[in-house]
Amino acid sequence: MGRSINKGKRSMNFKHKYMFLLPGLLVLLAILVFPIGFTVRLSLSSWDSFYPSLDFIGFENYIRLFTDDSRFWEAFGRLSLLSLTTVFLQYIIGFSLALLVWKEIRFQRLFRVLFLIPMMTTPVIMTVVWRTVFHESLGPVNDFFSLFGMQPLWLSSEILSKFTVILVEVWQWTPFMFLLLLAGLLSLPKEPYLAASIDGAGPVRTFIYVTFPLMAPISIGAIIIRLIEASKIMDTVYVLTSGGPGTSTETSSFYIFIKGLREFQFGYSAALSITYLIIMIISFTVIAKILVKLMVRGE
Amino acid sequence: MSLFYSTLKYLVVTLWSMFVIAPFLWALTTSFKDFQSVTSGATYIPWVDFEPTLDGWRSLFKSPAQGGIAIVEPFFNSVMVTAAGSGISIILGTLAAYSLSRFTFRVGPIRNGDITFFFISQRIMPPVVLSIPFFIMLGKLGLLDTLFGLILVYVVLLMPIAVWIMVDFFNKVPVEIDETALIDGCNPYQAFFKVVLPNSVPGIIVAGMFCMIFGWTDFFFAFILTFTEVQLLPVAIVALNSSITPWWSLSAAALVSVAPLVVVAFIVERHLSKGNLSGALK
Repeated sequence: MGRSINKGKRSMNFKHKYMFLLPGLLVLLAILVFPIGFTVRLSLSSWDSFYPSLDFIGFENYIRLFTDDSRFWEAFGRLSLLSLTTVFLQYIIGFSLALLVWKEIRFQRLFRVLFLIPMMTTPVIMTVVWRTVFHESLGPVNDFFSLFGMQPLWLSSEILSKFTVILVEVWQWTPFMFLLLLAGLLSLPKEPYLAASIDGAGPVRTFIYVTFPLMAPISIGAIIIRLIEASKIMDTVYVLTSGGPGTSTETSSFYIFIKGLREFQFGYSAALSITYLIIMIISFTVIAKILVKLMVRGE
Repeated sequence: MSLFYSTLKYLVVTLWSMFVIAPFLWALTTSFKDFQSVTSGATYIPWVDFEPTLDGWRSLFKSPAQGGIAIVEPFFNSVMVTAAGSGISIILGTLAAYSLSRFTFRVGPIRNGDITFFFISQRIMPPVVLSIPFFIMLGKLGLLDTLFGLILVYVVLLMPIAVWIMVDFFNKVPVEIDETALIDGCNPYQAFFKVVLPNSVPGIIVAGMFCMIFGWTDFFFAFILTFTEVQLLPVAIVALNSSITPWWSLSAAALVSVAPLVVVAFIVERHLSKGNLSGALK
């Protein structure tokens, strides 16, 4: 969150302040209260397609989830691997690109627009296109690799399919990282750079001692925002590999989707959802703390 | 700056640009192919590698009965849902953000920061968690498979973005502006609508862009909550992704869906260069 220039000046109180807040808050609550409450209640029932009833079975679904469902935990591990890898790559690439078009470069605006475009495209639709790009016999990628006599199975081998998912996610969402970081770079104060150049610091030292520390809060914000979005990886997987081959690209969201909307085990998938949400909230809090420790030294 | 460094710089920037453009170029050539040129292996240059046809582009306007994919109606459905969802989110989100930036709320242990966090934290919800209860709720209200039902869902999806951007934006608008207006005899509503709002246009544009991006590119809710009556563009296109995919129609449709938001990329870049985004996004 940005620093407010109005800190401590929030005295302008008046009784109509709720007229501004409540319309939005109430609409959001009205649309959300039922889904969340219902999901909690559903998670304590055995509702499935055979017996669609809101009975009460206590914590049975949760016990099953913790003792007898390795697939959920595997999907969760895979999600962690995929989202941490993609967000790390997006940060490195996005930051590099932002630094490259920050200062004077020819065709600056053209490059900036180009670097933004993938995030404006619909992930599922671009994934359908990527599927044709990586098609194992008719796509251009394997057309290239066949020059060397190779036909890699981009979508149907266990390791390569993960690589393909990561590549598509990096293509799609590096622009978001790039946008947040470039906006940050453009708002940096000029004085520290003057001081650095007077001290005779080269570009590398300037980056390590001036740019990076100044960008730390923005970096942390951008990484957290991207991690939150990446934890929902689902569209790409659904279209690209449908979780396959086997379950090798199945993420948590996709597994919940299969249990709930394919096998119609509504009660159980609700328990999965609630557990997943709680794990997410805890992990984001922990990750945010770790990032602050790592990036903000001596402050 | 050494020659080596500047060469490297242009090399990296050019390589990444090529990576960005590659799938679009592939979709563009594919959209002019027919069954034969697709199934005979990867080809790239029209007239040299394959004989181009306009079948893919024509099929966008034909009904499925005529062998087309009819994406005109889904396209306008998407436009309506995105526009209405973004519009409502921006209006409600801006009002809420203004109150959170200017007034002090204290309800028990709940403060301004907590309310703001509540709004923004809705983004953590994976669509799949909300989809089942939404499905049941809209079913009970008779709103499944309707534009209005989808718009309601999109408001939940987009309002957090509007609040997030606008709270930070209003925090950067000096409170003296409001105070001057109040001293000049405006009531708080007039102060907001006549003085603060006109000064917030850049922030509203940025928030609007983001709502449009996330509304236009959503797939999952439309996929779960609509069937036959109302079809949005992403759902219509993904439905083509079967084993006998007509790659040419699919590529043409993909390019049509991407085109409107490329304009958004230009607008976002403009605001970025002017420095309007830095305040809004921090």
